[in-house]
Amino acid sequence: MIISVASGKGGTGKTTVATNMASALGRGVRLLDCDVEEPNAHLFLNPVLGQVEDVTTFIPEIDPDLCTACKKCAEICRFRALAVVAGKVLVFPELCHSCGGCIEVCEEGAVKDGSRKLGIVESGAAGDVLFSHGRLRVGEAMSPPLIKKVRSINENNGITIIDAPPGTSCPVIAATKGVDFVLMVTEPTPFGLHDLKLGVEAVKTLGIPCGLVINRADIGDDGVREYAASEDIPVLLEIPFDRKIAEAYSVGKLIIDVLPEWSEKFRDLYNRIEILARC
Amino acid sequence: MRELVIISGKGGTGKTCLTASFASLAKNNVLCDADVDAANLHLLMNPKIKKKNDFMGGSIAEIRSADCSECGRCLELCKFGAISEEFIVDAISCEGCGVCVDLCPEQAIDFPVQKCGEWYISDTRHGAMIHARLGIAEENSGKLVSLVRQQAKMLAEEEGNDLILTDGPPGIGCPVIASIGGATALVIVVEPTVSGLHDMSRVADLAVHFKIPGLICVNKFDLNTEMTMEIEAFAQKRNMTVVGRVPFDPLFTKAMIEGKNILEYQGNSATADKVRQVWDNIMQSPSMNLMGLKDFSTVIT
Repeated sequence: MIISVASGKGGTGKTTVATNMASALGRGVRLLDCDVEEPNAHLFLNPVLGQVEDVTTFIPEIDPDLCTACKKCAEICRFRALAVVAGKVLVFPELCHSCGGCIEVCEEGAVKDGSRKLGIVESGAAGDVLFSHGRLRVGEAMSPPLIKKVRSINENNGITIIDAPPGTSCPVIAATKGVDFVLMVTEPTPFGLHDLKLGVEAVKTLGIPCGLVINRADIGDDGVREYAASEDIPVLLEIPFDRKIAEAYSVGKLIIDVLPEWSEKFRDLYNRIEILARC
Repeated sequence: MRELVIISGKGGTGKTCLTASFASLAKNNVLCDADVDAANLHLLMNPKIKKKNDFMGGSIAEIRSADCSECGRCLELCKFGAISEEFIVDAISCEGCGVCVDLCPEQAIDFPVQKCGEWYISDTRHGAMIHARLGIAEENSGKLVSLVRQQAKMLAEEEGNDLILTDGPPGIGCPVIASIGGATALVIVVEPTVSGLHDMSRVADLAVHFKIPGLICVNKFDLNTEMTMEIEAFAQKRNMTVVGRVPFDPLFTKAMIEGKNILEYQGNSATADKVRQVWDNIMQSPSMNLMGLKDFSTVIT
């Protein structure tokens, strides 16, 4: 069972829900933090991270002795990562999408396998919870290949919980495509509602069942609940605004650590997801 | 021409609520929403759209089955797993590299340009606004961000405005990189939490690459005053000016429900005063008063 915890809007509580649910379930759960631009789950689970792996992507490297400056590589590159100036090929690594077109068209074999670092994947454990996250290299623009790499760590047959990035564009798709269930987290405000609608549209294009957690449920208005009812999206959990929860969050503590009765609620949340994902 | 870009690293720290409040206080400015992925500024500005434009992003491969000999060359070439065994292109996975298009032996693959979103020129009660909407599940958000910022600049030049207020996206990836290059200064809105500090430090690292001055505003500071002080100490170490603290206040949400900023909703509240003070500190900061000169002593280190 793979669950992606997502939201259109940032800061609605994705990490709170993902980490508390993972920790409440405990044994056999794997948490994958796929918000590689700003990974936060480790701040709440404090995992021991033993394994570190560099993640790189292909970029062309030109062998000047073999290159005849025929321009074929620059012509096929739709991303303008290659240019021929004064009989020399210039490579702009940050523009390359690693499609390999330049290697295919070079008749001289002058385009070699180079690499650009996208970031790192760190893995370890937080108590019973298996943990991995990706950290995008600061200055790197392309997060989807790194997200896919984090997703590929999924050898267990148990429960995998993905902490997804905010938004509705390619990084979110990379973190939710092919999962069994998407758990949307929102707050009941006009911003929360607006971005929830975008998030739900994105999930619909992928054809995955989804449910909703309403965080800070007692602020704001009824727009989110009305929308959920009209779209038949089940509200699986409501978390009230509680200064105790907000203060615990601010110092990196889980809700279930300061309010133990919430353990049961997060386990229950998972049970309801399991039923919905199966039908 | 100055451009102030409001970012945060972490989402949901209050970028948009503060940007909309600044719009009330700024004079002779253009508004720009660079969060094209999940734009919200329009919910507080109620823009009257004057001109709607298509955003044409990348192209996507389309195999003409009538001309396809099913030789499998495209499957072999595609590094993104976007072509199925039945020779159908998955539009979501297609990266738009066009390698299959160029190298198909039968020339059986089309490559139509896609409409990836829309962008708008609008009027609001606080001046003109440029904003956009990226299509769901689309790529090229960085390109659209660059486009709206460029359009905001053109508009400001035409109208003789000397300030662009830009509401930025969360994160540190492609759309954020496109949002901050060439900005006069950044306002980083932080909340006093471990994740707020963690994420702002990454966005500050990113800003170092661009040699831009950074100003720090701690929002909801009273949720954890110790963490607020830690953030302010961090800011000082990285050569960023703290422009103020704003308390946690449900008035922000109440104002949002009415489609207003806090100054319009309850301008005589203590929190509204704090926001005014933050704005004054921003506009009086050395980095916003360089008259077009670049002073490297003001940039984030």
